Amino acid sequence: MTNLPVPFIIVLTILGLVGVGFYCLLATRNLIKVIVALQLIIKGVFLAFVLAGNLTGMISIAQTMGLTVIVADTIVAVIGLSMAVQIRHKMGTLDTKALSSLKR
Amino acid sequence: MWYAIVAAGILLCAILAVTSKKLLVSAIWLAVTSALVALMLYLLGAQQLAVIELSVGAGLVTVLFVFAINISGEEPMSLKPVMPKALAWGLVIIAVGMTIFLTLKSGVLGLTLQMPSTASMILWGNRYLDILLQIAFIFCGVLGVLGLLSDGKPEIQEEDEE
Repeated sequence: MTNLPVPFIIVLTILGLVGVGFYCLLATRNLIKVIVALQLIIKGVFLAFVLAGNLTGMISIAQTMGLTVIVADTIVAVIGLSMAVQIRHKMGTLDTKALSSLKR
Repeated sequence: MWYAIVAAGILLCAILAVTSKKLLVSAIWLAVTSALVALMLYLLGAQQLAVIELSVGAGLVTVLFVFAINISGEEPMSLKPVMPKALAWGLVIIAVGMTIFLTLKSGVLGLTLQMPSTASMILWGNRYLDILLQIAFIFCGVLGVLGLLSDGKPEIQEEDEE
């Protein structure tokens, strides 16, 4: 286990985070759980940013880009949660399948 | 060695965040995942980003989650998923497999880690257009918080002036 190269371990972590988040995004029906899944995917993505910056020697640029990703990530969480709360107030549910009654 | 332990912790907490039945527990596991990701960023040499991730990702976002869950209330999570689980797993495996293929093809794994000492120029030194983007994001966030706090229709209250 300790003989694995460090980039390999971190790439495995990134793939695990993105895979788990993607599965939750596909399988869940709760709106707040969807936002949890998005957060997991974004964490994997900026870990990949920092790994790429470290491997190519441009960690400073990677940190700047990562900062933008963190801000965007927080705003996604805020707007998603506020939409979830408003939907819960208006329609009384957080189930994404029940929301598709808007189509009729 | 540290990398392997932190990586295992991140994956375990992410799986617990996805599989837990209660939303509040899920939010707490997401916060632990975020803290461990911050530790991983610190080990990778991105100290400033690690501090920001720890305070924003593990602090602010968790507070927002707990607030929103308290407002909207827990719902039973025993709903059946939208698509069959086998199809979801198949899509996940296809996506991860394609990423593994591209990663192996790019030869990233042959490189070795570097630990450059970074100045705190990241806040202002490398910024061009993205600072404007962040300002726009922050305004969007303010609107989002207003949406989170408002109670739907504003009720017009007639007050007697006397």
